[in-house]
Amino acid sequence: MLIGRVVGELIATQKHPSHEGCKVLLVQPLNLDGTDRGDAVVALDAVDAGIGDRVLVATEGFSAMTAVERPQSPIDMAVIGFIDHIELIPGVS
Amino acid sequence: MYLGRVIGRVWATVKNPALNGQRMLLVQPLTPELQNTGKRIVCTDCTGAGAGEIIYWVRGREASFPFQPAETPTDTTIVGIVDSIDLGKRAVPARRRKG
Amino acid sequence: MILARVVGTVVATRKDPRLEGKKLLVLKPVSPEGKDEAGYVVAVDTVSAGYRERVIAVSGSSARMAEGCKDCPVDTSIVGIVDDVSMD
Repeated sequence: MLIGRVVGELIATQKHPSHEGCKVLLVQPLNLDGTDRGDAVVALDAVDAGIGDRVLVATEGFSAMTAVERPQSPIDMAVIGFIDHIELIPGVS
Repeated sequence: MYLGRVIGRVWATVKNPALNGQRMLLVQPLTPELQNTGKRIVCTDCTGAGAGEIIYWVRGREASFPFQPAETPTDTTIVGIVDSIDLGKRAVPARRRKG
Repeated sequence: MILARVVGTVVATRKDPRLEGKKLLVLKPVSPEGKDEAGYVVAVDTVSAGYRERVIAVSGSSARMAEGCKDCPVDTSIVGIVDDVSMD
């Protein structure tokens, strides 16, 4: 799982039926120091997240599919939690 | 899943029989601001996407799920065509296919 | 499976119900020599690992084969605490 920030929302009319009725979010994965880590990814929303939220992203098929209750679907990433707080050993980043 | 733009199409007469009838599109991965990023890839498609369209694609074993019960040997599939992207400040309209 | 060390915890109140009661730890991959490697991952703890401990983490669908993670949306879990690493 990765830490990410929701940076956008996608509107897509024509898509795989399994994605219908689910918010499609653009999530920027973050490093532990809060800087961007690589490129933003597209994830389905399982917790009703919005732009600006810091979230937990599952990056594996089964986890993502079952979090949005769509088994056997072409889904490889989902937002599965809101992060309230991260505590790190001093000096780690 | 990842954002991308359809930039071309790949034809292959000789291919794994399980890929027969599959459209194979060339996709350039994009950032949320629709800038090119990373290597171009070949994707199968379950949406009917066309040249120039902004799409999102799925990677891994899940890429073969739209074609079930057939077992399709693909690891990248286009699963949605993007109408627009809301980045909070401004909406980015996805460029639509011409014509 | 990778070697990693525990560098933090993640607190998330609102999350997938199947993650409730599970400890989420921040891991940094380490080399067998103990040097930090790039990146991090958030993992579910199944062995009561603590801060600074060196652990074994399994990722992908195998992560759910760990005790207590069956059918949970977990893609990385901590499955062991490293006592020692020896190399030839």
